[in-house]
This record gives sequence, C-alpha cells and structure tokens, in this order.
Amino acid sequence: MNLYDIVFYFFAFVTLASAGVVVFSRNIIYSAFALLFTFFGVAGIYVLLNADFIAVSQILIYVGGILVLMLFGVMLTNKVIDVEMKTGTLQTLPASVLVALIAGALCGIFYVTDWKIVRGVSAPATTTNSLGEMFMTTYSLPFEVASIVLLVALLGAAMIARKDRLPQIKNQK
Amino acid sequence: MLETYIPIGIMIFFGVTFGVVMSKASEWFGPKNPTETKLSTYESGMEPVRSAHERVSVKYYMVAMLFIIFDIEVVFLYPWAVNFRQLGTFGLVEMVIFIAILMLGYLYLWKKGALRWD
Repeated sequence: MNLYDIVFYFFAFVTLASAGVVVFSRNIIYSAFALLFTFFGVAGIYVLLNADFIAVSQILIYVGGILVLMLFGVMLTNKVIDVEMKTGTLQTLPASVLVALIAGALCGIFYVTDWKIVRGVSAPATTTNSLGEMFMTTYSLPFEVASIVLLVALLGAAMIARKDRLPQIKNQK
Repeated sequence: MLETYIPIGIMIFFGVTFGVVMSKASEWFGPKNPTETKLSTYESGMEPVRSAHERVSVKYYMVAMLFIIFDIEVVFLYPWAVNFRQLGTFGLVEMVIFIAILMLGYLYLWKKGALRWD
C-alpha cells in the first residue's frame, strides 16, 4: 500500500461516507451540506486519475455553483415555519428491488467489460496545458460554439426570470 | 505525480485547521458572561420582527442560476490562461469573441431587468 493507495482510499472514504450522510440524514439541509464533501471527494478521485482539468471544473461548477443552487432549492421548498424539512422512508420494498437491479446491472457491466490496460505508457502530468492548446487551435470552433450554448442558457434563464418585467415597465409609464 | 499537489494539500490542511482552531479556541478560552441582551439576535440592533425560517424569495435562485453560467465561462477561461503566452494574439482574439458572445446575453439580461432586485 503506497501513498497513492492511501490517498485514493481517503477520497473514496470521504465520498462514500458523505454520500451516506446525504442519503440517510433526516434533515435535508444536512444532506445538502454533506453533498459538498461528496463533490469534493469525487474531485480528489479525478485528480488521482490524472484528470486535473475535470477536477477543477468539478470544484468550480459543482461545489461552487450547483450546490448553491440546490441549497436555494431546499430553502424555496420550506413552506411554513412550523413544518421541519425532514426526509422520510416510504416504498421500501420496490425501491430496494429497483436499486438492487441497477446495482447488479452496473456490477455486471463492470465485470463483463474487457478493460484495456496499456502498460509502459505514462500519462501526462497535467492535462490543462494540452487541453487549452487544443481548445484554441484544433477545436477552436467547438470552443466558440460552447459560448453560444452558454448564451442560450443565459437567455433561457432570463426568460424564466422576468416574464412580466417589460409589460410592467410599460404600465408604469 | 502526487507531489505536484502537495501545495494544494498544504493549503487545504491549513485552511481547515485555521478555521477549526480559531472558532474552537474562542469558544474554549473566551469568557462567557451571557446576559439577556447579549443573547438577543442583534445585540445593538433592531429586535427581530419574525422568524428567519421563512421561504426565501425565488430571486436568490435566479441569481444562483446566472452565477453558474458565468462560473462555466470561468472554467473555459482557465485552460486559456494556462497557455496565455504560447497562444499570443490569436488566443486573445478567440477569447474576446467567446466573451463578446456571452456579453450579448449579459446586456440582454441587463436590459430586460433580470438583474434588478425589486
């Protein structure tokens, strides 16, 4: 067991333990905060897989953005002051059967797949350099198209945000 | 390969340690003489009118949504910034186009009033 293994098991433990808290916590706010550590642990595993750019994206987007969105979503659902936000257990039998099926299918695929292991080829230390170079040279068109995709998302958010904003201003005048 | 991440590890370690030690130290070593005034929500401010456990406005959610979009823009900036010197003017022009397209959306949002809080 070398350093790499120790670090891997550390991140795997962080991910699984906090994912357990997400699922089993009775308070949904605790679940949302435990998700922070799940995302963080997954980012650590990405680093161990030599995918440093994915790890940075994971931290920036999921830890920094999606989690905030989820927390606001949780806060939005709190209807009345007296009602605590709790999670409950229902439909245990169908849920267990379904989860067992999905887990079995995933494990089956994992064992059936013929994993190609390349020996003697060392992975590059960092991927961000080559990724940035390819973004800017070979794949510059997809790179610019990505900004249009983001623009569409922005406009969609604007549409949801203020459906009635412009008519209101007209009415005020 | 792991050695390259030692600085990040050190920073996370000190960040966590500093936060935990500072908050716990003030809890353990600080004097505690609670009075009713001190225990109120805002010691020298206004009395709270009602419970803070209320449904928050959907506007916060909107801001978070917009934040994520510009967050993803920053993710695209990052590999460009790493190679900034090699890519030179060409890379700069490409990034200006990228940001200009998003700036259109930003201006639209601004004009539409999605950034206003009322």
